[in-house]
Amino acid sequence: MSTTVWVPRDTSAISVGAEDVARGIQAEAQRRGEAVRIRRNGSRGLYWLEPLIEVETPAGRIAYGPTAPGDVGSLFDAEFLAGGAHVLRHGPTETIPFLARQERLCFARMGVIDPLSIEDYVAHGGFTGLRTALAMSGTQIVQQVTDSGLRGRGGAAFPTGIKWKTVLDAPATPKYIVCNADEGDSGTFSDRMQMEGDPLALIEGMLIAGLAVGAEQGYVYIRSEYPLAERILTEAIELATRAGYLGESIAGSGKGFLLEVRRGAGAYICGEETALLESLEGKRGMVRYKPPLPALQGLFGKPTVVNNVITFASLPIILEKGAAFYRDYGMGRSRGTLPFQLAGNIKRGGLVEKAFGLTLRELLYDYGGGSATGRPIRAVQVGGPLGAFLPEKLFDTPLDYEAFAQVDGMIGHGGVVAFDDTVDMAHMARYAMEFCAIESCGKCTPCRIGSTRGVEVIDRIVADESRDKNLTLLQDLCETMLHGSLCALGGMTPFPVLSALKHFPEDFRKLASRRAA
Amino acid sequence: MHCFAYVEVNLPGVEQEQRVNDGGRSAAESGTLSGAQQEAVERAIALHQPRPGALLPLLHAIQDVLGFVPPAALSRIAQALNLSRAEVHGVVGFYHDFRTHAPGRRVLRLCRGEACQSMGAERLADLAQRILGIALGGTSGDGAVTLEPVYCLGNCACAPAAMLDGQVHGRLNEATLRALLQGAGETL
Repeated sequence: MSTTVWVPRDTSAISVGAEDVARGIQAEAQRRGEAVRIRRNGSRGLYWLEPLIEVETPAGRIAYGPTAPGDVGSLFDAEFLAGGAHVLRHGPTETIPFLARQERLCFARMGVIDPLSIEDYVAHGGFTGLRTALAMSGTQIVQQVTDSGLRGRGGAAFPTGIKWKTVLDAPATPKYIVCNADEGDSGTFSDRMQMEGDPLALIEGMLIAGLAVGAEQGYVYIRSEYPLAERILTEAIELATRAGYLGESIAGSGKGFLLEVRRGAGAYICGEETALLESLEGKRGMVRYKPPLPALQGLFGKPTVVNNVITFASLPIILEKGAAFYRDYGMGRSRGTLPFQLAGNIKRGGLVEKAFGLTLRELLYDYGGGSATGRPIRAVQVGGPLGAFLPEKLFDTPLDYEAFAQVDGMIGHGGVVAFDDTVDMAHMARYAMEFCAIESCGKCTPCRIGSTRGVEVIDRIVADESRDKNLTLLQDLCETMLHGSLCALGGMTPFPVLSALKHFPEDFRKLASRRAA
Repeated sequence: MHCFAYVEVNLPGVEQEQRVNDGGRSAAESGTLSGAQQEAVERAIALHQPRPGALLPLLHAIQDVLGFVPPAALSRIAQALNLSRAEVHGVVGFYHDFRTHAPGRRVLRLCRGEACQSMGAERLADLAQRILGIALGGTSGDGAVTLEPVYCLGNCACAPAAMLDGQVHGRLNEATLRALLQGAGETL
């Protein structure tokens, strides 16, 4: 009888040595004549413990981490294959507080199963939602999704059911399902984890969407910065096709669905849905005017559902357990759970799936354990490069779409990046403008020109040149970008800039203060 | 729709600029494709031509093999996809990923995203530029390493991060970055 040891095959785990650890265990087992079977899972999302290996014992899976190849010998000496005591031992994985306190619906299988095993997936409830959907009409599926209160997880938080109804009711054919896997926001990695750790859930979600609106072709547009996710997802699609879930007849239903992966090419703007569609059509990723809505005239001018990875991956459980089950999580108009991503200067970074409504402070301290450097957390950027910088006094804001809007912030795709007190917020504001200038598609003037002018104006403010005049100019420029841009890139770049200016004004007058002194 | 399909749109200025950029490293950039390059281009066309919206997959297929998209291939790609050469040129120029000249033998991409910045990525980028004596976007004099910025690798909980030839490295510090650069040099 061999002992099973799970070692994550996940970009982050591998980036800190998971492959070397896997090889080390294999070699050491051979040397000692121990029978070990190494299996590859996704990451549990406890990233500060990666590479986190798990040993299957009669008492459940026992976690050890963060492991390095140099620890392998001592792990064997400590009889880790029987769950033995070791300085890196954390006990049963499920009891690690960071994980035990989560509400994992979308990420229920994350790190538990082999992402490329249909058998594992089905054994953990996979394809149950699809079977439910196959027994329903398109209208009924759309109603379930509407009733669940699910809103788009990519960042815009548009009600998914309403988008789908528009596509369902559109007369034109064919219709398309497009998955936006262009997860470009710094501080976010839940899409990557989903595709690497449980890609079949994404495939199942897209199948459900196809059944709901009557589409038979789907595309996953994945960013080129995620080569491993692309490989695993592509393999999962092949597996699902061989198993009869994708193809001419979904699970023998007579209804067909084909799925194809398309790789982006390093353009942040292609995370904007209309630019993404242009890119899928083989063009420059230029933002389109809306209307027409992609739901009516999307990919190749046809009705198209465009949703984020996590939106699709949330569907199987909604169909499996019903709209009410999902809706019962959350607060206000933010229903269900969101896989929040704790990143940056944080002691315990990783993935926290919780119902909406917990506060930023709980996330940062109860889960995150404060900053990685041990210094005070001074600012937090929530929602990616277009999200506001929030100061400590706003840490009690509940994570809810509307509550964040009230403090001029946004939850977006759920990324939370912490900065300690060494951060220079004027530098971060400048970076926000610089990023916009680098990534602008160039279609509208406020974004294309405004971002470059923004960098220049911030430089002048920091250099204490005509301070007051330039501050007014920056405010005015931000107003123009906010109201005059075609899409969220130019339209929301002012959020990090203005929030930095509002909450951390002292960082913009360091030189002026020195001169005054 | 494509009124100018099959019409060669000559942009002499652009061609010249590319010639200046490549430093004369390969024949492809001076106007003709080598046998191997031609083969890669034709194979990519054969594989992707029938797909709807084929241009990006096709360009990726070429760059995956050659490391860049030779400007001399644009006319052939345009013809195969019933596009104008200007349209293909526009797409190649729009996306950060596509290169029009050969990169160094190894490509090191340093993340500049906010999460990596919060853990000192800017200092590491300065260090890498100092060690190699080049700016982000440049290639070291011996052609060993191309240094590029990248905006998020999805490794934000193990910041700062970098990618060396498609392999992501996390929790970088000065010592591990130096080791990466050294490794990149040694495998030449």
